[in-house]
Amino acid sequence: MRFILRRLGFFLLTLWAALTLNFFIPRFMPGDPVDALVVRTRGRVSRDALEQMLTSFGFKPDQNVVVQYVDYLGHMFTGNWGRSIGQTLGEPVTKLIGGALPWTLGLVGITTVLAFVLGTLIGTVSGWRRGGALDAILPPIFVITSALPYFWVGLLLILVFSQGTGGWLPANFNYDTTIVPGFSPGFVGSVLSHAVLPAATLLITTIGGWILTMRNNMITTLAEDYVRMARAKGLGSRRIMYGYAARNAILPNLAGFAMSLGFVISGAILIEYVFNYPGIGYLLYNAVQNVDYPLMQALFMLFTVAVLVALLAVDIATVWLDPRARAKG
Amino acid sequence: MTTTAVTAPPPEKAPGRTRAGGGLWRAVRGNRKAMAGAVILLVFTVVAAFPGLFTSVDHADEANFAPRLAPSTAHLLGTTALGQDIYSQLVYGTRESLVIAVVAGALATVLSVIIGVSAAYLGGLADDLLSLLTNVVLVIPAFPLVIILAKYAGKGSLTVILAVLVFTGWSYGANQLRAQALSLRNRDFLESARVRGERRSYIIVCEVLPTMTSLIVANFLGAALYSVLSAAGLQFLGLGDPNSQSWGTMLYWAQNQQALQTGTPLWSIAPGLCVALLGVAFALVNYAFDEIGNPALRPVRRRRKGA
Repeated sequence: MRFILRRLGFFLLTLWAALTLNFFIPRFMPGDPVDALVVRTRGRVSRDALEQMLTSFGFKPDQNVVVQYVDYLGHMFTGNWGRSIGQTLGEPVTKLIGGALPWTLGLVGITTVLAFVLGTLIGTVSGWRRGGALDAILPPIFVITSALPYFWVGLLLILVFSQGTGGWLPANFNYDTTIVPGFSPGFVGSVLSHAVLPAATLLITTIGGWILTMRNNMITTLAEDYVRMARAKGLGSRRIMYGYAARNAILPNLAGFAMSLGFVISGAILIEYVFNYPGIGYLLYNAVQNVDYPLMQALFMLFTVAVLVALLAVDIATVWLDPRARAKG
Repeated sequence: MTTTAVTAPPPEKAPGRTRAGGGLWRAVRGNRKAMAGAVILLVFTVVAAFPGLFTSVDHADEANFAPRLAPSTAHLLGTTALGQDIYSQLVYGTRESLVIAVVAGALATVLSVIIGVSAAYLGGLADDLLSLLTNVVLVIPAFPLVIILAKYAGKGSLTVILAVLVFTGWSYGANQLRAQALSLRNRDFLESARVRGERRSYIIVCEVLPTMTSLIVANFLGAALYSVLSAAGLQFLGLGDPNSQSWGTMLYWAQNQQALQTGTPLWSIAPGLCVALLGVAFALVNYAFDEIGNPALRPVRRRRKGA
C-alpha cells in the first residue's frame, strides 16, 4: 500500500512539474501569439483588435504572472482548457482535442499494444530457442530497424506502396473525404486502408526494441536456478518457457513499456505529420507552428498524463505479477 | 603515492577490459556488429572532415543547376526541384548532422555522469532530490517538449538544437549510472581508497569513473542515437534553421517541395538514408557493447566455430 501511495505522490509531483514547465516556457521565450496572428492575417486586422480578441478568449499577458499561474493550474484540473488562439481561432480546445484524440488512440494506441505483444512474444521464442534460426537473424535486423527515423520509414512506405503502385494504399488524411462518415462498409474500409501505412511505420520502428530487450532478458533469466529447478522437476518446456522464464523476463520490459510511451508520442507526431493524419500529434504540430498556448498546454498535459497513467498501471501490474514487489510494499 | 594508487586496484579486482583501451579495441574488432558500426562512423567522420574530397561542387546549397535532373555521372543523385546537386548537399550536410550527434551525445552523457554518480555517491537527501529530478525529466515526454522549446527559442540555430537535446537527453543515462554507482559504493577498492584518506573528488574521478567506463560509453552511444533521430525530426518539421546545411534541413526542403509526389524521391530518401545509417551505426556499436559486456548475449554460432 505504501508503495502505491509513494507512486501516487510521484505521479502528482511529475504532473505538477510538467504543467509548470509548460506554463513558463512560452512566457519566457520570444514569440508572441499576437505577432503570430498579425503575420497570419497579413496585417489586415489591427494589432489592437487582435489583442482584444485574444483577451476575450482568456489571453491576458499583462496580468500578474502568479495570478495567471494559479488560474492556469486550476483550469487544467477542471477541464476548462480555454479556446484556441491559433489557426482554429475561437474553437474550444476540448472540442479540438476530442475530435483528434480518437484517431490517435485508434492508430497509435492499437499499434503500440500490438508491437509490444508481438515483440515480446517473438523475443520470448527467440531467447528460448537460443542459437536457432530465429535467434541468428533477428537481433541484427531489429537493431537496425529500431534505429531508423520514423518519418523516413513513413516516406519510404509512401514511395513504395502509394507512389510506386499508383495509389494502391492512401498516404494522406484519415479517410476518403468523399465518403460520408458512418458505420458503412465503405467508410470503415476507407479508415482501415488509410491506417495501414502509418501503422506499419510505427510497427516497424518500435517492434525491434521489444524483441531485443525481451530476448536479452530471457537469456539472462534462463540461467537462473529456478529455471534449472523447474527442468529438474520435469515440467513441460512450454510451462517453463511461459510460467517461469517469460513471467520474470517481462518485468523490466513492462517498466520499459511505460517509459517508451514518450517515444511513441514523438513517433506519433512525426508519423501523423508525414501522413497528414489529423490526430493529436498533428494538432500539436499545428499548435506549435501557430503559437497557440491553450491548445499546446492542454496537449502537453495530456501527453504527460498518458505516460504517467501507463507508469502507474505498470506499477500495479508489477505488484500483481511479482510477489517480491508485493512483499516489499 | 598517487601513482601506485591508480595502478594498484586492477590486479586484485580486475574490473575487466574496460580499464585497458587495447582490450576494448580488440573486443570491438572481434564483433561483427561493432565493426560494421565503427566502419560507418569512420566513413562519415572522414566525409564530415574533408567534404571537398568527395565532391567538386563548392557551394552545395546554391541553385546552380537545372531543376529535377535525373541521376547521371554529372549529378550522381540528380538535382532538387530548386536546382541543387543532391549528392554534394549530402556530402556537405554530413558535418552538421555528425556534430549534433557527437556534441549533444557527449554533453548529455557528461550531465548524466555528474548527476547520476553524485546522486549515488552523496546519498541521503541529495540522492533523493537528484533521483526525483531524474525521474521527472525521464517521464515528461521529450519530443513534444523539444518541439515547443525549439519553436520558442527562435528558428533553431545549432546551439538551440544542441541545448534542447542535451536538456531532454540526459535522464535515462543518469538513472542507469546511478544504479551502477550504487552497486559499486561498498566495493573493497573504494573502501581502501577511503581508508587511505583520499579526497572524495579523487575517489569519484580516479576510482569510480574508470570502473564505469563501459556503461558511460554505452550511454554516450544511446544519447548520440537519440540526438541524431531527434535533430533530424526537428529539422524535418521545419524547426531547425532552414538555411543550414544538414540532412534534416534537406528533408525539410524536400517535404516542402513535395519531392515524393513530383518525381524527385531521391531528394528525401537519400538524406533520410544517411540519418538512418548514422543512427544504425550508433545502435550497432551500442548493441555490440552489450554483447561484449555480457557474453551470454553473444551469437551462439560464433562460439561453436571458435571452439
